[in-house]
Amino acid sequence: MAEPLVIDAKGMHYTPLNRQIREALASGVKEIVLNNVLGQRFIGNGLRGDAKIIVNGVPGGDLGMFMSGPECEIFGDAEHAPGNTMDNGALIIHGSAGDAVAHSMRGGKVFVEGNIGYRGGIHMKQYECKRPILVIGGTSHAFLGEYMAGGLILVLGIGHEPAVQDRGIGSGIHGGEIIIRGDVDEKLLGVGAKKVDFTEEDLENVAPVIKEFCERFDIDPKPFLDTNYSKIVPASARPFAGKYTWE
Amino acid sequence: MSLGSVPLKYKISIDRDQCMKCMRCVDNCSYGVYRVEDDKILIDSRKCTACHRCISMCPRDAINLQERPVDYRSHPLWTVEAREDVINQARTGKIILAGMGNAVDYPIIFDRLVLDACQVTNPSIDPLREPMELRTYIGKKPSKLEFTKNNGDIDLKTKLSPNLKLDTPLMIGHMSYGAISLNAQLSLAKAVAKTGTFMGTGEGGMHEAIYPYQDHTIVQIASGRFGVDIDYLERGAAIEIKVGQGAKPGIGGHLPGEKVCADVSCTRMIPLGSDAISPAPHHDIYSIEDLAQLVRSLKEATNWEKPVFVKIAAVHNVAAIAAGIARSSADAVVIDGFKGGTGAAPKVFRDNVGIPIEAAIAAVDQKLNDQGIRNEVSIIASGGIRNSGDLAKSIALGADAVYIGTASLIALGCRVCGNCYRGLCPWGIATQKPELVNRIDSDVGAENVANLIHAWTLELSELMGAAGLNSIESLRGNRERLRGYMLDQGLLDVLKIESVGA
Repeated sequence: MAEPLVIDAKGMHYTPLNRQIREALASGVKEIVLNNVLGQRFIGNGLRGDAKIIVNGVPGGDLGMFMSGPECEIFGDAEHAPGNTMDNGALIIHGSAGDAVAHSMRGGKVFVEGNIGYRGGIHMKQYECKRPILVIGGTSHAFLGEYMAGGLILVLGIGHEPAVQDRGIGSGIHGGEIIIRGDVDEKLLGVGAKKVDFTEEDLENVAPVIKEFCERFDIDPKPFLDTNYSKIVPASARPFAGKYTWE
Repeated sequence: MSLGSVPLKYKISIDRDQCMKCMRCVDNCSYGVYRVEDDKILIDSRKCTACHRCISMCPRDAINLQERPVDYRSHPLWTVEAREDVINQARTGKIILAGMGNAVDYPIIFDRLVLDACQVTNPSIDPLREPMELRTYIGKKPSKLEFTKNNGDIDLKTKLSPNLKLDTPLMIGHMSYGAISLNAQLSLAKAVAKTGTFMGTGEGGMHEAIYPYQDHTIVQIASGRFGVDIDYLERGAAIEIKVGQGAKPGIGGHLPGEKVCADVSCTRMIPLGSDAISPAPHHDIYSIEDLAQLVRSLKEATNWEKPVFVKIAAVHNVAAIAAGIARSSADAVVIDGFKGGTGAAPKVFRDNVGIPIEAAIAAVDQKLNDQGIRNEVSIIASGGIRNSGDLAKSIALGADAVYIGTASLIALGCRVCGNCYRGLCPWGIATQKPELVNRIDSDVGAENVANLIHAWTLELSELMGAAGLNSIESLRGNRERLRGYMLDQGLLDVLKIESVGA
């Protein structure tokens, strides 16, 4: 295995930093370590392939936007909209993240060890074999999974009781599923969302995701492999049907 | 109690002496107006949309169409439409959706603007004899140029931003595959490739049939992010962020599941038959700073090689918003006026929200000039451009180029019947039904659209020549060459033009 390319990002503007990453991947580098990252935006944007990028520090907004393949592991918090319109690959965030995490994500995985802000997983969508997955170890603010059209959001609520206590969960959801540890108060559900029982079959489906998440963050998965979850799904696949009449 | 039926909108009649019973009307009407019983063509006028397909196909001119054959008691306030909308909503309790653009009889400012021509002094130019420079570059222009001397040569030191090179200041606006058919989109793509200009893909991805023409496309990223991935972004010659649309400012859109067929589902990257919902805002843009972040994100993802446009609906504070956009790293601002077309929009928005494009162009151009940042963005105007006169006036008011939409569809057969949302377009434009889509031969369609672009370009050259101008730059923002006819002082001030005679 070749030595990873190490880049010291201290004081660097994001454009030269990202250009350096892009050129390194184009020249065949498979692993890059970015040290002293502090607010540089757009890391991993639009990158293809199977490279691994280690980010030491706090990257700026739109981390991994349009990314299609690589894995970014962040040892720090992430800012606004990591995984925005991401196509494939993974973001592993050893920390918390800001608003609009995984916005319009269409494939791949975003794992956040800590908490996320507002509108997490908004308008995630799936198509054929592409099914995006967002897992949150801690809790989420309001409007989790708003307009969600596909994929999976899982909130483990570690250190939080209840796992989510902000409102508007799944407002306008018309596809996909939101799974939250423990019970979720009905009054927190947004318009168009409904709560259904979490079954053994659901557990079977979601267990590999729980195990993978726990493995990445060195958490014992055993306490999470039961059916003590709430599953939130669309009340209808056509939330806006019935609102209109024709001229 | 039942409200009963409302009167017919259109009445179709056949001149039976002229009719040769060729049955072309029966075959062509996708709305089911005609049927044959006992060798006689029977008519159900209630189904007619005035699309004119039957009339255009009748070899004997035997079909007649009358609008509003039944009179209501006339009333200046309670128009027929006002009464029928109330009846519709009393029945359904729902929001009324309508097709095509604004259908209210607002004054058309273009028709109150007149262009100038040379007489005696400063002689006019004959475009047949003299070259007319219509080439237009869309994108940032440097505020100054720096050079270095290199062994007697002069090298340009200033790094130029990517620009789109147009042979004529006229592009085709964004109409997605889904909203229009593949053959319609393909016709437009072939036409812009032929005429050296560009077309928008709309929100909804790019079908592989368009790939051969991708260098002439502007790909769109809207709030639903449908069909958007890195390959799509790299395919376009430019990228456009759609914030708003003139026909429905401030609201999102949704493509109903029944229009999401296999091919549309594949292009948009959503499951077959699912609703494609575009939220009202981009949920990663809640401020000008967020917009700048998306603009730069798109540039980073495509290596700063592509111009990024931002499209907004023309609304009250359009000039201030455009000034914000000009500072966001965007390369062009697209302003869509309230007469812009649409496949479907809530009627109350279509007819009541937004401002006319003429005022918006002038206000934006002026604001950007006042702030010394006009070179930072090009202005693309759209929403109700009907002919080369509107095109020339738009440029004289300050636009760099225009987008046309409805006009390009009329070149494919559209008769502006406004029933786009029904998915039964007999011209094969606003439909996904294969038997209707196949009515468009994309080579013929491309020729018609290219003819239109060519004709307007010729007329624009003539208008410029008559005004003694031989380059489009000399017309751009040249309000001295416009006069207002019967416009009030307030509007003359906004447009920064004088009255006729002044």
